[in-house]
Amino acid sequence: MTDIIPLVSAAYSDRLSRRTESAIPEVWNLLDEVKDPEIPALSIWDLGVLNGVEQQDDEIFISITPTYSGCPAMGTISDDIGRVLSQSGYSRFSIKLLLAPAWTTDWMSPEGRIKLREYGIAPPENCQQGACQKIACPHCGSTNTETISEFGSTACKALHRCQDCDEPFDYFKSI
Amino acid sequence: MAEVNKQAIQDYATRLGDDAVVIGHRVSEWCSKGPFLEEDLALQNVALDFIGRARMFYSYAAELANDGRKEDDFAYMRDHREYQNLLLMELPRGDFAYTMVRQLLVDVFNLYYLEQLQQSSDETLSAIAGKAIKETRYHLRRSSEWVLRLGLGTEESKKRAQTALDDLWGFTHEMFDLDALEQQLADAGIGVDNTSLQAAWTTQVKSILEEATLIPPEDEWKVKGGREGYHTEFLGQMLNEMQCVHRANPGLEW
Ligand SMILES: [Zn+2]
Repeated sequence: MTDIIPLVSAAYSDRLSRRTESAIPEVWNLLDEVKDPEIPALSIWDLGVLNGVEQQDDEIFISITPTYSGCPAMGTISDDIGRVLSQSGYSRFSIKLLLAPAWTTDWMSPEGRIKLREYGIAPPENCQQGACQKIACPHCGSTNTETISEFGSTACKALHRCQDCDEPFDYFKSI
Repeated sequence: MAEVNKQAIQDYATRLGDDAVVIGHRVSEWCSKGPFLEEDLALQNVALDFIGRARMFYSYAAELANDGRKEDDFAYMRDHREYQNLLLMELPRGDFAYTMVRQLLVDVFNLYYLEQLQQSSDETLSAIAGKAIKETRYHLRRSSEWVLRLGLGTEESKKRAQTALDDLWGFTHEMFDLDALEQQLADAGIGVDNTSLQAAWTTQVKSILEEATLIPPEDEWKVKGGREGYHTEFLGQMLNEMQCVHRANPGLEW
């Protein structure tokens, strides 16, 4: 497989600075334990869902942004955040769902893209509204691939097939 | 800018929720009946997008109502006369061609509608539109590809697509109507002026139909009434099925 040079989007660097400049980095780090229930290789940070961690007095305020409108994972993610916080002794916290700005795959972390590929899912390409023709196969790296369906096992993925190694694979759609 | 009360925005959000939940439920009826596995999955994902959209609109309506009701009460505890969805959304799913032709008509409409709603001075409506429009672009890509495939496919698929189009066309006019509530909200910069969308919708739909060698029907008949709560017999039947579990077990969660 060819070397992958992760490109950092402007949207991602905004998120990153919110994390690196935070007064409570330990809470951000703690929430790395919360994974996407459908793609357990990705933390909610990697996925771009975790967007704010703040503290006022003794209360922690968490902001998360839903991926797709009908994504059934958001309930589980909120529950998991609550559990991780409680287990670490944080008793007062609230979780807020942010609708705007709308979640975009540009928020995904560069590490998340690599983890996604290693997990067998082609990471989102930076192209306009999924008009990408050349999606690299996560198994062999070939770009000789075709779309089978715009929707795969979940709303965020499309189904593709590699014409070199003949393997079908999920592509995490750019949105 | 005209003053608009909270009730008006609540009613507006509720009917947008009605549109989304009704079409979402119709699409979800294809579960395990799709023509092949990938298409079955795709239909369920589209249905989920619409149902998620309905949840956002209903949650906002519940927040504005501030009377203890939640999103579920809006979806499950209102009767068909209280539903204000467009009639086009409630028509039975029909055959696969019927479903895909309707999706095309609805997706093109949603594309232009949500583009405008994104400009709303109401932050929540604008945020919901901003989220939904991204999904609508995917829906439209898929429905327009299917309509091309059906129109250019076999004699049978073309015949079915054309029949669906002829049956559905008279229900499309309602999308471009504006009642007093919508007029008030459009004037206030909160809602969308649906009448302004018709030209762009017609051009885009007709160009896809032309490519699919389907014939756009003449404007011979029009049916409307959904926004006033006058529905076809099919909505009541659909709601019966959709609401029965919740009504039999009120307040149940899992
Ligand atoms: Zn391959």
